[in-house]
Amino acid sequence: MKNIPISAMIGLFFTGLYFAAAILAPLIAPYGMAEVVGDVWEPASSEHLLGTDNIGRDLLSRMIYGGRTTIFIATVATALSFITGSVFGLLAAVLGGWADQAMSRFVDLIMSIPSLIFALVVLSVMPVTIPVLILVMGLLDATRVYRLARAVAVDINVMDFVEAAKLRGEGRGWVIFREILPNALSPLVAEMGLRFIFMVLFVSTLSFLGLGVQPPEADWGGIVKENKEGIVYGIGAALWPAVAIATLAISVNLVADWILNRTTSLKGGRG
Amino acid sequence: MSEPLLKVRNLKIGATVYPPGEKPHDIEIVHGVDFDLAPGKVLGLIGESGAGKSTIGLASMAYGRGGVEITGGEVWVNGRDILKSGLRDVRSLRGGEVTYVSQSAAASFNPAKKIMDQVIEAAVEHGKFTKAQAEDRARALFAKLGLPDPDNIGKRYPHQVSGGQLQRCMTALALCPEPDLVVFDEPTTALDVTTQIDVLKAIKEAIRDTGVAALYITHDLAVVAQVSDDIMVLRMGDMVEYGPTDQIINAPQEEYTKALVSVRSIRHEEKQPSATPVLTAKKITARYKGTAFDVLHDVSVELHPGQTLAVVGESGSGKSTLARVITGLLPPGQGKIDFAGRTLSAALEGRSREDLRELQMIYQMADVAMNPRQTVGTIIGRPLEFYFGLKGAEKRARVAELLDKIEMGDGFVDRYPAELSGGQKQRVCIARALAAKPKLIICDEVTSALDPLVADGILKLLLDLQKVEDVAYLFITHDLATVRAIADSIAVMYQGKVVRYGPKSQVLSPPFDDYTDLLLSSVPEMKLGWLEEVIAHRKMESAGN
Repeated sequence: MKNIPISAMIGLFFTGLYFAAAILAPLIAPYGMAEVVGDVWEPASSEHLLGTDNIGRDLLSRMIYGGRTTIFIATVATALSFITGSVFGLLAAVLGGWADQAMSRFVDLIMSIPSLIFALVVLSVMPVTIPVLILVMGLLDATRVYRLARAVAVDINVMDFVEAAKLRGEGRGWVIFREILPNALSPLVAEMGLRFIFMVLFVSTLSFLGLGVQPPEADWGGIVKENKEGIVYGIGAALWPAVAIATLAISVNLVADWILNRTTSLKGGRG
Repeated sequence: MSEPLLKVRNLKIGATVYPPGEKPHDIEIVHGVDFDLAPGKVLGLIGESGAGKSTIGLASMAYGRGGVEITGGEVWVNGRDILKSGLRDVRSLRGGEVTYVSQSAAASFNPAKKIMDQVIEAAVEHGKFTKAQAEDRARALFAKLGLPDPDNIGKRYPHQVSGGQLQRCMTALALCPEPDLVVFDEPTTALDVTTQIDVLKAIKEAIRDTGVAALYITHDLAVVAQVSDDIMVLRMGDMVEYGPTDQIINAPQEEYTKALVSVRSIRHEEKQPSATPVLTAKKITARYKGTAFDVLHDVSVELHPGQTLAVVGESGSGKSTLARVITGLLPPGQGKIDFAGRTLSAALEGRSREDLRELQMIYQMADVAMNPRQTVGTIIGRPLEFYFGLKGAEKRARVAELLDKIEMGDGFVDRYPAELSGGQKQRVCIARALAAKPKLIICDEVTSALDPLVADGILKLLLDLQKVEDVAYLFITHDLATVRAIADSIAVMYQGKVVRYGPKSQVLSPPFDDYTDLLLSSVPEMKLGWLEEVIAHRKMESAGN
């Protein structure tokens, strides 16, 4: 823990900043989320640090509240996709045979449909609420995690120490959670960083298309959508969410890389 | 005295290490080594893993492998210091004046190119021969190395010849550009004993006939005694002893050399079989799923309580498959297994927890037989918890007791496998097996990945534990020296059949069947001229037939 590399420090700092802003949004936002406080697209000033948006709301406040929604949805959906994906992936690797075939072919089927289109179809028939949004995103993404978890676990499953556990008579629960999972963790954690960012982009895309977070709730994709006409007049309000997404993406991945390195060296260089 | 071909002075080699949880730092792995090699002579470099022998071998080509750096000293080849030469000079040296034969020919040949193209590549590249000349020379070398069909073998791809043949092809590759010096890096270590002897003979004759000088690197003193004029014994980057082969083998000065020479001198008195065997395998036939080929045919063996049955054979003889059948990992096609007075279910799923507890297994590769994310305490403690329900202080006390039994201290409880040496890892695996209080332990090549002295320690430990715990061992190995050291009875396997079976004294005394004779005579002995004796003996026999 003592010698954290500089890149991980930067990553930790910005990730922490975004998450803190998300959690403390009502305390730090200067104005209310849907409060009209000025003219349309006012430039940045001391009262409105990032200016105002297309109907005169404070952009900084919308960014903070929007970040809260975006990060919350992405976090919960990533957790959902990881829990379902890795549990089923490890299970498939350990069970093998027809159970593995059935699950893997089902996942192939889902993956053969582009996930954005799949999500659009589902969301156009279901009521667009945040739980539904999380469920759709989480389960669609779980297919990717499943593939990774299964591939990693298949390799570990044939190692002698797993065989030794089976010869001891250990149950599947022990084999999956005590023998395989700890050794599969580092690729999964690295993937989690990447997946979280994909989730941020996914929810932003859905909102931009009007099928994600519904107004007046703010989220980063929604802010781009509301302010996109401004770009034609040289107003940069729509670019701020893009900056936020990019910096969050980079910092989360710096942290994930560091965790990956740390856990690899713990294993004595293997994998 | 003529100028030596290779002159090494105060050679120092360093490397960067990356210990877990610490900052990477530089260490010195070879601390100033000196030696001379005259033209046409062979110097054997011997030592355990980590002794720096391969590193020194590669340094004579001015090369440091994977993070290894030559930090000081001089290496003179043909009168010039190659460590101070430029890159162009070194390039003409490598593959021209000095060539290299690696341990694994299978990994060193490019699988996508024909053997001939690879054998002549260096000679043609260095402009020594034209393509046609080099091919003629290669064919002559193939014939000299005893390869079958020397005119056409070069047209094959590497996977189309056997491991022993490929190793000889690699020797041809090294000799093709008429080098002054060849570095042989463990050239026979990965081969079966019966194949090793052919390759050894081929290498020895090729060295003699071409008049090339050689550095022969190996961990097996008996092998190096057959081919080299001088031997240098290395340990942890230091020279221990350096002298003529005869003196090193017959009159070693240093304690460490003496230990190496007398390794495998464990003597074990054969025990008389008791009335009821603990394990009886009857007429076992087995094949792997999806194949139409029996790996085991009609195998029947018996093992008595507190005794050791050694199963010997070369790779592919089915000895590890027998272990898998007994453990239940591979249900046999036919036959049955009686264990401790009851008939075992063929498949693992049908066995009771008692069955599993009383039949433990120790693996060849201790590194992968332990979960790298569990501490030694967890690894040894789990069977205690699982079979006996021990918890807390009781469990800790028993773990400490087991660690004591394997001659390791209590301080290892919180260590991870990556922080242990090879021998310590294998000891922890033994403790894990013992924790279950088994009646039978299957030992699958448990010493073959270890250095000779470490392996000796493990064998002694196993023998001592057998006396105390009264446990039976089914000992699978390809190494006859190990068998002599620990077995009470022996089963010799060849192509899935037991070709010879009985008490040790009977199996190891004449008259022999052909295969056992071949196997026994192929085990290198720690004496000069052994290779010649065996070859002369075989020639006489084939002339007699």
